[in-house]
Amino acid sequence: MEQVLLLLIFLPLVAALITAFTGNAAKHVAMVFALASLAIAAAITCQFTPDASKQFVVNLPWIQSLGINFHAGIDGISLITVLLTNVLVPIIILASYRNDYKKPASFFALILFMQAGLLVVFTAMDAFLFYIGWEAALIPIYFICAIWGGKDRVRVNMKFFVYTIGGSLFMLLGIIYLYLQNPAHNFDIQAFYQLSLDPAQQGWIFWSFFIAFAIKMPVFPFHTWQPDTYTEAPAGGTMLLSGIMLKMGIYGVIRWLLPIVPAGVQDWGTTAIVLSIIGIVYASLIAFTQKDAKRLVAYSSIAHVGLISAGIFALNAQGMQGAMIQMLSHGINVVGLFFVLDIIFSRLKTNTISQLGGIAKVAPKLAIAFLIIVLGTVALPGTNGFIGEFLLLMGVYQFNIWAVVFAGLTIIFGAVYMLRMYQHIMLGETNDLTIGFEDIRGSETLVLVIICALIIVLGVYPKPILHLSEASVQQLLEQVNQKLTSVK
Amino acid sequence: MNIIITIVVTALVVLYAGLFKATKALLPLTLAGLLVALGFCITSWNSNTIYYGMMQMNNFAIAFSSLLILGTAFIFLLTENYFAKDSENVAEYYTLILFALSGGVMMVSYTNMSMLFIGLEIMSVSSYILAGIRKNNFASNEASLKYFLMGAFSTGFLLFGITLIYGATGSFNLGVINEYLIGNYLTISPLFYPGLILMMIGMCFKVGAAPFHFWTPDVYEGSPSLITTFMSTIVKTAGFAAFIHLFAGTFAPLHDFWMPPLMVIVCLTLFIGNVTALFQKNFKRMLAYSSISHVGYLLFSLITLTSSSNNNVLLYTAAYTFASITAFAVLILVKQKTGGDDFNSFNGLGKRNPLAALALTIAMLSLAGIPLTGGFMGKYLMFLNVMNQYQIYLVAFAILNALVGFYYYLRVVVAMYFKEGSEVDLDTPVQYKVVLILSVVITVILGVYPSVILNLI
Repeated sequence: MEQVLLLLIFLPLVAALITAFTGNAAKHVAMVFALASLAIAAAITCQFTPDASKQFVVNLPWIQSLGINFHAGIDGISLITVLLTNVLVPIIILASYRNDYKKPASFFALILFMQAGLLVVFTAMDAFLFYIGWEAALIPIYFICAIWGGKDRVRVNMKFFVYTIGGSLFMLLGIIYLYLQNPAHNFDIQAFYQLSLDPAQQGWIFWSFFIAFAIKMPVFPFHTWQPDTYTEAPAGGTMLLSGIMLKMGIYGVIRWLLPIVPAGVQDWGTTAIVLSIIGIVYASLIAFTQKDAKRLVAYSSIAHVGLISAGIFALNAQGMQGAMIQMLSHGINVVGLFFVLDIIFSRLKTNTISQLGGIAKVAPKLAIAFLIIVLGTVALPGTNGFIGEFLLLMGVYQFNIWAVVFAGLTIIFGAVYMLRMYQHIMLGETNDLTIGFEDIRGSETLVLVIICALIIVLGVYPKPILHLSEASVQQLLEQVNQKLTSVK
Repeated sequence: MNIIITIVVTALVVLYAGLFKATKALLPLTLAGLLVALGFCITSWNSNTIYYGMMQMNNFAIAFSSLLILGTAFIFLLTENYFAKDSENVAEYYTLILFALSGGVMMVSYTNMSMLFIGLEIMSVSSYILAGIRKNNFASNEASLKYFLMGAFSTGFLLFGITLIYGATGSFNLGVINEYLIGNYLTISPLFYPGLILMMIGMCFKVGAAPFHFWTPDVYEGSPSLITTFMSTIVKTAGFAAFIHLFAGTFAPLHDFWMPPLMVIVCLTLFIGNVTALFQKNFKRMLAYSSISHVGYLLFSLITLTSSSNNNVLLYTAAYTFASITAFAVLILVKQKTGGDDFNSFNGLGKRNPLAALALTIAMLSLAGIPLTGGFMGKYLMFLNVMNQYQIYLVAFAILNALVGFYYYLRVVVAMYFKEGSEVDLDTPVQYKVVLILSVVITVILGVYPSVILNLI
């Protein structure tokens, strides 16, 4: 079974190399490979036994003299993110079918290259490998956003790049420190879990990791790169960033931050929750005032991620499980939102809310799909957003009742600004601009049908997903608590 | 010894070939000579021959010699027609580079201070002439003169240092000096300390560490690009190998004495190199300043002094050498077509010449230290060793500097891919393609599988 994971990781890499030389047929080639990856991920999910163990483990020596191994494996937590990646990449490629990108071969090759990096991040059990994947996912997205992006792309992406790489360099500092503390002199995650560090050490390692993850997610006040980057990126890039890439930060907190430095989390977790909640309120308030729909969704994403982050740092099973399912849901929903906005933009060349209106009249199919996605985003019961946010709020509630009061604002605010956006764009009378709006067709319909189906299916019956990660989450929390008591 | 003889004989043969106007034969002859020298390197691996107590061909020396020879061969591949338009006597230029290389080999294998001095001078004097090889070019003359004056000055420091150390120990031999330091640790002659500091200053001059770096940007910018390539890769590597050989080997017992001033030098070098590189508009000048900052990272290996230092330096210099050669190769191509070496000259290169642009991108990522390139592994090892001694603040400082580095290295990538440029097509000569592809392959191999070098010495 070892080979499966290697195949899963290296197939996109090989695919990227092949796709780079396929010229105008690139999108089809990329699609075939992305579907093949999805099939492998599906096979892995079927083979997966939902207990807390690491499965499909690969452990190959890589740079032996430095204690670096190609050590990867999948447990419930990884599986969710692996699934998310492999489901969203084909959707994003399909969503990019309609865009007429210059040099399509490079564009799709970079997407696949990024997929390989993401899969390394989500399966790595070796800190060095994790770091390599972390950076390997950044390079392609930088080029995607900076080559195919909007007018201000160069400046905005330079900020994005320097910001994220700055964060990850400090994470590297933390990783090296842990490596040096490890008597076995390797980067093995289990060895890192067993390190006994005093609270002061844990405190600064917490920050060296947290800043990297917080920038990626992004958590207030490390979010300043995000709205600009999302707005200037091409649609495919925005979807990759918001749908998958920010989950790297969330995953990193769960997999690396909590179990390695639990005392650090205990000391600073409250700070992290406070920052997350400030982010929720702040981003929601700013989302209200946005004139550009893409920017509005970008800010709403900060609010949603803030809730996920608060749920994780609450350190209980509900919050953690909520985070797992919400990672998946948020990925699907936000990709759907950005896709709809890209459809509108490609036809009308604007995403400015005040210029739009009445699109529902001329494009009823789009209106229905958009409505389902918006409802999923505002967490209406029966959609995929509900169960995640419910669990997250429950988790935060157990942590502190005042925290949940503010965190709950995300649902209320979210509903208001999302529905208001929907109302202004889709409802009302058509104007000169929107009168000739063409309804969705072809690949657009397909993408939206898939996304809507996922929203409803996950909303009505989320149990299989929750079941996948349950045991791993439980074990992780036990591990953290055990370590905390042993420190005392 | 075979290696040096081969290189020198090749140089002389090439000079005579030039005399008989056999211009076509120069490059093949040179490359054949270098290949033979490289062959001698491989066969003498693990042999550890000592040549009359003056030079020792141990694995350290052979590994660095191989790197120098390989790098020089790459640079020669880039010479096609490069100097033909400047001078009819191209052979001089081949010969001078080969002489400089032979000096470099001496600098990585010396066991006697006098050999260090001789090697350094052979290398430096050749470089002075090479910098000024464009006789009618003002900048080239300026570079040559500056290089010569500063170089002569620093050689003075070095020589004075050697003299003082001779006065203290009565020997030029590194082994004897080392034994003296260990044997008389508490009664070291007061002459020794100023001697050591003067030698440190002299070496810092040669490798271009701040605050002794002022000559580098002007000299690098003014010299013909190909010579700059040679100076910033081969000369620097040889200088650094000599530096580490002397300080990490012979002077290691006095580590506590010379470490603090060196630490100051490292911080200054990193900071000045990076921050100044940030403000450059000229790509070549940016590379010059960034090469200063790389000296800073390399000096980390001297601060820490672990058993793996030599391997780390070898990895770092190899990654740096091949990335720099790529960068300069593309620079030469661009300059030939557009006539400028500002960042703007690279605008739109991604469209006009995808191969060159991709190679330059990977070279820049390597110099900046992005994973999966040799540059990352080099930096990583330096950070690791400094961290190992719990000098976390120093690493944090270096990381902040690396962050600045990302910004200026990416500027050229931004220019190539995200800015529109002139539509002039850039055709790449075959040799350039070979060099670019090989350098990129080496850069990636060093990044993905550094074990090839890490256990070498």
